[in-house]
Amino acid sequence: MSDFLSPEEITAVLLTLKVAVTAVAFSLPLGVAMAWVLSRTTFFGRGLLDGLVHLPLILPPVVTGYLLLITFGRRGAVGAFLDQWFGLVFSFRWTGAALASGIMGFPLMVRAIRLSLDGVDRKLETAAATLGASPPMVFFTVTLPLILPGIAAGTVLAFAKAMGEFGATITFVSNIPGETQTLSAAIYTFTQVPGGDAGALRLTLVSVALSLTALLASELLTRRLSARLVG
Amino acid sequence: MLEIDIRHRQGVFELQADLRLGQGLTALFGPSGSGKTTLINAVAGLIRPDHGRITFSDQSWSDAATGTFLPTHRRRIGYVFQEPRLFPHLSVRANLTYGRHFTPKPERRENLDRVSALLDIDTLLDRAPNRLSGGEKQRVAIARALMTSPKLLLMDEPLSALDVGLKAQILPYIERIRDEAGVPILYVSHAVEEVTRLATRVVTLSQGRAAMANAVEDTLQHLPRLGQSRAGSFLRARVTGHDPENGLTLATGPAGSLYLKQADLPVGTSIRVFVPASDLVLATGETGSLSTLNSLSGRVSAIFESGTTVLVRVDCGGEVLDAEITRRSRATLDLEPGKPVSVLFKAVSVEAGGVYRQAVKLGA
Repeated sequence: MSDFLSPEEITAVLLTLKVAVTAVAFSLPLGVAMAWVLSRTTFFGRGLLDGLVHLPLILPPVVTGYLLLITFGRRGAVGAFLDQWFGLVFSFRWTGAALASGIMGFPLMVRAIRLSLDGVDRKLETAAATLGASPPMVFFTVTLPLILPGIAAGTVLAFAKAMGEFGATITFVSNIPGETQTLSAAIYTFTQVPGGDAGALRLTLVSVALSLTALLASELLTRRLSARLVG
Repeated sequence: MLEIDIRHRQGVFELQADLRLGQGLTALFGPSGSGKTTLINAVAGLIRPDHGRITFSDQSWSDAATGTFLPTHRRRIGYVFQEPRLFPHLSVRANLTYGRHFTPKPERRENLDRVSALLDIDTLLDRAPNRLSGGEKQRVAIARALMTSPKLLLMDEPLSALDVGLKAQILPYIERIRDEAGVPILYVSHAVEEVTRLATRVVTLSQGRAAMANAVEDTLQHLPRLGQSRAGSFLRARVTGHDPENGLTLATGPAGSLYLKQADLPVGTSIRVFVPASDLVLATGETGSLSTLNSLSGRVSAIFESGTTVLVRVDCGGEVLDAEITRRSRATLDLEPGKPVSVLFKAVSVEAGGVYRQAVKLGA
């Protein structure tokens, strides 16, 4: 790979993977919880919450990035608090890139999980309760295994989105090589300099390969998970 | 043991029940929409009654007055639904042991070997539920409910989704649970056949009102005309022997000796025999040689006109038999209440499914 890509390009690829994996790892539990809330509960303001979750899907990414900048930036309300109490800094760091791509992929993940939650036969959960399982136990031993295909699909979608995120990331954390310059940003940079076409093409091929691999892996996983569940 | 005194409104429908139930199998019998499932779901804790209380062995399960409500998973019940509801992501074995994890250790009576032998599913343990037939699935569902060592077993028309053949296959297993597992059972059904065969006592439901039937035999005597099945009567008897050469089983009861088609029941088993009213032949005076093996002596106790036919009720040693005959036959025999008659029927009139193991009688 080192013959094919320059060290800077390899850095960008590895950084992208790190950002995407981090983004998905942190948004997965939240995504399952949010899907559950939206699928199973009714309360005043649920529609608003639903809209809020889906907002990154319809807002221009630059707007999402800017909103992140003013809330999670060093001088933003949340950003200042996290920096002061936890030493957690997002602005112009790779963690910020992970946050931005995580938020952009969140609605896709929640949608996929919620869809499979809606499809779970509630009668099976009732049966589990009659067998002595408490509500949390029912969730972990019946509901969660049944929605694994949806979780897998949501994870892959969010991962793909995180890999390709550009607008929100570049607005929030800029385009710093080795810190916040992900694949997309690197390709963009190549296209802005004379003679960068070859580099852009190389990274494009890497991007295509990574996306295809993720897609195939998810297909395989979903098929294996669903095989047992359909009667 | 189980005390139910509730009122619950669901839309325009209101359920009212005031019942005290004990050991054995209590059948909740009534047409669809009469509130059977609502009642059993209130006992299971799947619905919370608006008024009244449910108490099981001195433990309050639900009391609207004090706001007490024990959630389903803490009631230690077993529930067999109309559909098997097996967990598709678990093997048969894992389905069976699922509830065990939630059963307190000292209360675990059942083990996998015993239960799977009882329901004859030991060869299916390593299969996935979607590889089972309908009858196998339902047997696994029953076994799964038993495996939690429940204090009360609820069954909501567990056989209604199965065809006649499968029903006949599973009924004996439910009889065995009733007689061998020692768990009180609440059994919802609108099928006469199941109620007659299984019930220790019957609760009838009609438009949301639950009422204890006075005695099973009493209810059963009239059940066939309530339901869609053929009219007929039930005779109590005890198996006294087998005659394999002639393919017969012999039984004796208050009505006299009976010859039945050979049935796989041990000597001494208490049975109920269903005799279709249309298959009974009445005779007065001396009968010559006939091919009918069964001949019971009795006395006409009542006669009911019903359209073109006449239903003659005969008292044979305390047992009541209904015979359906034509008006002409009645006139020929000059049948009147009080007249001695012989009731004849062929051993083959009693179908294989018409001989039931009788529920062991226990206090109400």
